[in-house]
Amino acid sequence: MDISYYLIQTLNGIQYGFLLFLVASGLTLIFGIMGIINLAHGSFFMIGAYLCWWLTSLFDNLFLGILAGIPLAVFLGLFIERFGIVYLYKRDHLYQVLFTFGLILIFGEMRSILWGNEVQGVMIPEMLSGAIPLTDTQSYPVYRLFISLVCTALAAALYLVIQRTRLGMTIRAGASNREMVQALGIDIAKLFAIVFAMGAALAAFAGMVAAPVQSVFPTMGDEILIVSLVVVVIGGVGSIKGAFLGAMLIGLADTFGAVFLPHGAGVVIYTVMAIVLLWRPQGLFGRT
Amino acid sequence: MYAISRSSLIVLILLGLGFGIYPLVGDSYYIRLLTKIMALGIFAMSLDLLIGFTGLISLGHAAFFGVSAYTVVWFVVKMEILNAFLIFPAALAVAGLCALVIGWLSIRTAGIYFIMITLAFAQMLHAFFKDQHYWGGTDGINFNDKPMLMVGDTVLFDLSNKINLYYLTFSLMVAAFIFLAVLLRSPFGRAIQGVKVNEGRMRAMGYNINHLKLMSFVIAGCLAGAAGFIEATRTSFVNPEYLSWHASGNVMVMVILGGMGSLYGSLLGALALTLLGDNISSLWDHWLLIMGGFVIAVVMFMPDGISGSIESLSRRFRKASPPREETGP
Repeated sequence: MDISYYLIQTLNGIQYGFLLFLVASGLTLIFGIMGIINLAHGSFFMIGAYLCWWLTSLFDNLFLGILAGIPLAVFLGLFIERFGIVYLYKRDHLYQVLFTFGLILIFGEMRSILWGNEVQGVMIPEMLSGAIPLTDTQSYPVYRLFISLVCTALAAALYLVIQRTRLGMTIRAGASNREMVQALGIDIAKLFAIVFAMGAALAAFAGMVAAPVQSVFPTMGDEILIVSLVVVVIGGVGSIKGAFLGAMLIGLADTFGAVFLPHGAGVVIYTVMAIVLLWRPQGLFGRT
Repeated sequence: MYAISRSSLIVLILLGLGFGIYPLVGDSYYIRLLTKIMALGIFAMSLDLLIGFTGLISLGHAAFFGVSAYTVVWFVVKMEILNAFLIFPAALAVAGLCALVIGWLSIRTAGIYFIMITLAFAQMLHAFFKDQHYWGGTDGINFNDKPMLMVGDTVLFDLSNKINLYYLTFSLMVAAFIFLAVLLRSPFGRAIQGVKVNEGRMRAMGYNINHLKLMSFVIAGCLAGAAGFIEATRTSFVNPEYLSWHASGNVMVMVILGGMGSLYGSLLGALALTLLGDNISSLWDHWLLIMGGFVIAVVMFMPDGISGSIESLSRRFRKASPPREETGP
C-alpha cells in the first residue's frame, strides 16, 4: 500500500470516470433537451461492447471493429428515435419509463438471439498490450491509459462542439429552454434525432473501448445505466459539466470504495449520491 | 375521490369469488401460482397508491418487497424463530422504516429526479444484499422451515401447507384492498389525490405536501412488505433479484396494464402479466422479447389499462341502453 498503489487506483478511477462520462453525457442531454428518461441508454453500452467483440473477431482488428461499429450504433440510435422515442415526447415520464423498460427487454433478447448469453473477451491489440512499470512489482497497463486518452480527446471534442458550434449553441439553448428554441423556428425534430443518435453512439463507443478491459457480458448495460443515473442525479439534469464532475466523483468513489471497504463497495456511490442530495437536491449544476 | 363504480364492483366480486373458490377445485401448480399472483396484486396495489393516487413515480418499489423478504430469512434462518405473529409485523416494520428513510430523502425532489433517486436507492439495497456473504450474496438463501402462525407452542396455522398460505394471502389481499379503499376515502386519502392533481393548490390550501407524500410512501412500503413476506414464505427462497430494478419495473408494468388509479386494476394487472409470463415462458426461450413488445404495446395503445377499458366499455354499454333517471348526487 504505497504511493504507486494509490496512483494506480486513482488512474483506474479516472479511467472508469471517463467511461461513465461518455454514457452519462448522452443520458443527461437526452433528459435535458428532449425531456426523455431513457432507461435503454445502458443497452447501447452493452450493444457497443457486443458489436466490438463481434466485429473485432470478424476483422481480426480492434480498431477496425470499433470503426465499423460506430456507424452501426449511430444508425441504431436514429432508428430507435424515429420509430420509438418520437411517440414519447408528449407523454408522461411514467410511460417513457415503461416504454424504455420494454426496449431493454427487447434489446436484451435480441442480443441473446444474435450473440448468445456467454461472457466474451476481446483481445487488447498488440501495440497497446504492454504495461508501464511503476515500481519493481507494480505496473500500469497501456490500454487503460489509451482509454483515458481517447476519452479525454472525445470529451474535449464534445466540449468544443457544444461551446463553439452552431449545433452546440442550439443544444445548449434546448437544454435551458426547449419551448423557446421551438418558438424560434429551429427544427426541433432534427435536433432531437441528432442528440439521441449522438448519445447512443457515445454510450456504444464507451462499451466498445471498455470491452477489452472488463469483458463482455449480458448485464453490463444495466450496471452502467444505474451508475450513470447516479452521475446525472449528482451533476444535475441537462448539465454536461455536471455529468463530467459527477462521473469523475463516482469513478473515484467507486474505485476507492472497493479498496477501503471491500464488502460495502456497492453502497459507496449511493452514499455519495445521498450526501449530494441532502446538500443540493437539484444536483451540483442543476437548475432549481 | 376514490369511488368504486358498478362495473368495477362486478369485476371485484368475480375476482373475489374466483380467488376464494379456486383451491377447492384447482390443482396444486395453479394454487401456488395464484398465491404468487395475489401477493403481486398486493404489491401492485401498494405501488398504485404512489403512482396512481399520489402521483409519485417510484422505480424502486421492489426495495421494500425485498427487505421484507430478507427479514423473513433473518428470523427463520439466522434466529430460528418461526412464529409468523412476530415475523410478519417485523417484516412490515423493516419495510416501513426503509420507506421512511428513502422517502424522506427522495420526496424533496420531483419529476425525473424522483424516478432516478428511488431507483438508485433500491439499487443500493440490492448491492448491499449482493455484496454481503452473511445474506447469501448473489446466490441468495434457501430455507426449509416456513413461518407459521402460533401462540406459545401451539401451531394455529402452518404456512408450509399451500392451501393455508393461499387463504392467508387471500385474506391479506382482501384486507389490503379494503384498507386502501377506506384510506382513499378518508381526508388523508383525498388530500394525497389532491397532491397528484394540483400540488401547488394543495400547498396554498395549507397542506404539508411533503408530509402527505412521505406518509403515502411509508404506507405503500409497508404494503409492499406484506407482499414480500408472502413471496418469501411461498418460495422458501430469497435472493437479491427480489430487490432488482427489473422487479420494480415489472410491478410498474402491472399497475399500468391494470390501469393506474384503480385498485382492482392492479389486481387484474398482476393476474394478466403473471399468467402471460407463465404461459409464454415455457413456449420460447426468448419470451422476454414478446414481453418487451407487449409492454411497449400497452404504453402505445392501452395507456388506461384493463380497468380503463372496462370502464369505457361499460360507459358505452350504458349509453347504448335507454337513458335511466339518475338518482342521488
